[in-house]
Amino acid sequence: MSAVALQMVCVAGLLGLAVLAIALSRSKTVTAVIYGATLAVSAIALIGALRNLLGGPTDATTLTLPVGLPWLGAHFRLDALASFFLIVVNLGGASASLYGLGYGHHDPAPHRVLPFFPAFLAGMNLVVLADDAFSYLLCWEFMSLASWALVMAHHREPGNAKAGYVYLVMASFGTLALLLAFGLLAGPAGDYGFAAIRAAQHAPYSATLVLILMLLGAGSKAGLVPLHVWLPLAHPAAPSHVSALMSGVMTKVAIYGFIRVMFDLLGQPTWPVSAVVLFLGSITAVMGILYAMMEKDLKRLLAYSTIENIGIVFVSLGLAMAFQANGMNLAAALAFTAALFHVLNHSFFKSLLFFGAGAVLTATGERDMDKLGGLIHRMPFTSFVVLVGCVAISALPPFNGFVSEWLIFQAVLQSPELPQWALKIMVPAVGAMLALAAALAAACFVKAYGVTFLGRPRGPAAETAREVDRFSLAAMFILAVLCLLTGILPGLAIDALAPVASQIVGSRMPAQASQPWLSIVPIAEGRSSYNGLLVMVFITATASLAVYFIHRFASRALRRGPAWGCGFSDAAPAAQYSGVSFAQPIRRVFGTLVFHARDHVTMPPPGDIGPARLRIELHDLVWSGMYAPIADAVGFLSTRLNRLQFLTIRRYLSLVFVTLVTLLLVLAIWS
Amino acid sequence: MVVISDIIVQGVQMLLVLLLAPLLTGYVRKIKARLVRRQGASIFQPYRDLLRLMRKEVVLADNASWLFRVTPYITFAAIWVAAALVPTFATGLLFNWTADLIAIVALLGSARFFLALAGMDVGTSFGGIGSSREVMIAALAEPAMLLIVFCLALVAGSTQLSTVAHFLASSYVGLRVSLGMALVALFMVAIAENARIPVDNPATHLELTMVHEAMILEYSGRHLAMIELGAFLKLLLYVSLIACVFSPWQIALYGSGALSYTIGAGAYIVKLALAGFLLALFETATAKMRVFRVPQFLGAALMLGLLGTLLLFVSRSF
Repeated sequence: MSAVALQMVCVAGLLGLAVLAIALSRSKTVTAVIYGATLAVSAIALIGALRNLLGGPTDATTLTLPVGLPWLGAHFRLDALASFFLIVVNLGGASASLYGLGYGHHDPAPHRVLPFFPAFLAGMNLVVLADDAFSYLLCWEFMSLASWALVMAHHREPGNAKAGYVYLVMASFGTLALLLAFGLLAGPAGDYGFAAIRAAQHAPYSATLVLILMLLGAGSKAGLVPLHVWLPLAHPAAPSHVSALMSGVMTKVAIYGFIRVMFDLLGQPTWPVSAVVLFLGSITAVMGILYAMMEKDLKRLLAYSTIENIGIVFVSLGLAMAFQANGMNLAAALAFTAALFHVLNHSFFKSLLFFGAGAVLTATGERDMDKLGGLIHRMPFTSFVVLVGCVAISALPPFNGFVSEWLIFQAVLQSPELPQWALKIMVPAVGAMLALAAALAAACFVKAYGVTFLGRPRGPAAETAREVDRFSLAAMFILAVLCLLTGILPGLAIDALAPVASQIVGSRMPAQASQPWLSIVPIAEGRSSYNGLLVMVFITATASLAVYFIHRFASRALRRGPAWGCGFSDAAPAAQYSGVSFAQPIRRVFGTLVFHARDHVTMPPPGDIGPARLRIELHDLVWSGMYAPIADAVGFLSTRLNRLQFLTIRRYLSLVFVTLVTLLLVLAIWS
Repeated sequence: MVVISDIIVQGVQMLLVLLLAPLLTGYVRKIKARLVRRQGASIFQPYRDLLRLMRKEVVLADNASWLFRVTPYITFAAIWVAAALVPTFATGLLFNWTADLIAIVALLGSARFFLALAGMDVGTSFGGIGSSREVMIAALAEPAMLLIVFCLALVAGSTQLSTVAHFLASSYVGLRVSLGMALVALFMVAIAENARIPVDNPATHLELTMVHEAMILEYSGRHLAMIELGAFLKLLLYVSLIACVFSPWQIALYGSGALSYTIGAGAYIVKLALAGFLLALFETATAKMRVFRVPQFLGAALMLGLLGTLLLFVSRSF
């Protein structure tokens, strides 16, 4: 069986599971059966994709099914790029299924989630495999609808209906943009097959239009600012393992679409395109993490942080485009590999963190971190793996997030060679934005972890929390180990990504596995090198040395006592720093500009012992400046047009008559 | 044989930074005291402090978790590794290529990440206020630092500190506007990162005005000793960084024999003494800022770094 056929069989299996889930919906064991079978199918698809990518240079395999458009059929193709994204999708799918085995048991209405879960996975697999525009759009829409159904799984919870509505509107809008983009790509002859589009010549104006449409279509799915508004509503609304898939994996499918069209189908990018992508990417990175910093709902915070990471990936892709447009193939390979590596890393740690948030939700029933705290005592394993995820996402060595950001910075340092002045001036500023985003991410995850897991419990829910089940823990542990492994052995991952880079940008990074001590050397050893393994060994060795000496020679006495209260001991847990207060300094530095943030303090008059009140006012400028006016305009127009609904038959007929005459007049003048 | 001597030199470097770090802090304190006409404690006082802290028992808050207890060792290890990677008396040390300047910045970031978490672990307001302000300062200092790194990397064509020092020690460089900007910015970042006046006051014990001290308020005994030693090392690291990048004179080149290593070490100690004196002078001459003035201070560093980098992007000869 060819590689693509194996993947299609897996997809068929997933679709079959969706049907089975409906059939079995009354059975007691349905949760275990469906998640277990999904796990197995995803694992097979994952192994198939891994074999395809790591098994050396193999040609793309194709498959044509006699469905779809009558003269076209449905084409599917598995090449290096698709293999890589299939790995991301199916690894996410397998871990989410493993997590679901435990997490799904708590679901009061499993039949609202179970059929759509494998269907959603199948949709994402199909988008990556599709090789003609029609199948691509069809699968894209299928993926969107399946995820919409999952967002609406708990439709009675406040806010979820709005989330589903906004998601549906944005998804339709995005698909419309994609439809137009593919229409332009197909050209007047209407060649919907990707092979024909790839071979065709595209006029410069159509390339620009395609860029804009792809930024609207794929960008809205990925969460590019200012098209991100639906994402923090919809991603957290679904059950946590689905949130993990939506944030960790579905955004990657959107990135896949962007890469496929902009790099593969359109051919050589031009430099103005790269400037647009760089600009949007850097804005997205900083805005995303600032939103996350202001957030106190754990899952929404994670969703906003996804927006940041998407921005980082787009910056890296923009750099790759800039280098490729100027024929700097090695630098383009570096930037492109960095983008792919960050895609992989983000799928690991974002899934892990969403699983962690789900564990907290199961244990406490609470997503508002200002009501949590002290969970490190109650949930030791969960808090440990979530700590790993937080360190990894904050881009700190020796974990994987650092490696991909390090590669991006190395790519930034290649850009003085670019000939265009606009890019020369832009790239350092973009580098500064990236650095700012990385530093703010660390601050954000200190807040998220510190408020949720550390300190004293702020309420009864956190006091009585219990550790979660073994399946959930296993899924989180596997992802945590992957975060560490890709962090300390990045050379192997970079080498595995080489076929993708050579397929898409026509060049690859130098082989890393042959470097001494498994370091990574992107350009040349004199320029820069990094060795995650040795950093890890050094830190472990020095820390153990310090522990040994301390315990050998210093006092080992230890006494427990109350915390130092500065003269006011026994303060209530509510007096701890909360998420809102933790973010206050950063809110004051950035918030006044970005969010028009204001703090209103109402002090009681002297002598009154009533509490003081603090009210924080934040404005989402994107929402109020862009979406609210659009919504208002639509509302205004529709009320006006509503009058047409209540006309008499005579007026309707005269309306038709007037329209007809006008059209005829137009036609007469036109010709 | 070469490997063994390399390992010895690398080991000497690690021990040297560890042993010199408290001395530098003691020396700066002594100079500061003399500048305000006080006698001041001996310059060896930090060693005595560390020994005394080691001998004391640890008083651990009831609510402290394992994270609180492992953080001192993690932060100390991360800072020590970072400090060992900065060339002090010789370039081309055995493990210099393990991590470049960006990774050193990130290692310091890891140390701070864990300290900030530990500040929140006990669940008092002081730890929280310290952590929250520390990450705010870091969120501005780190981008500035990375821009300085970009600036250096573009001049020297490398982010490896060894190569940078080697290049800047050569005669190709001359005076450059962007390097001057980077030096000023690096100095400002070093002030902020090491919790020195005017950003933070390392000597204060007024809870509301301090940042770093508030964060580690709950630490005692051997844990506090580790954190203090880490802070001493960090100051030494920044001073060595400035010394090795902006005054790499007499730094020994790779494999150049025992004599030049000794000369390099002597020159390094002279540089430390000079830098410590300048730091003390600066700290005595300025007053501490309000916390919310710090963003302006660091914003200036950020802009200087960006301007320096931009100049280099625009033309290679600035």
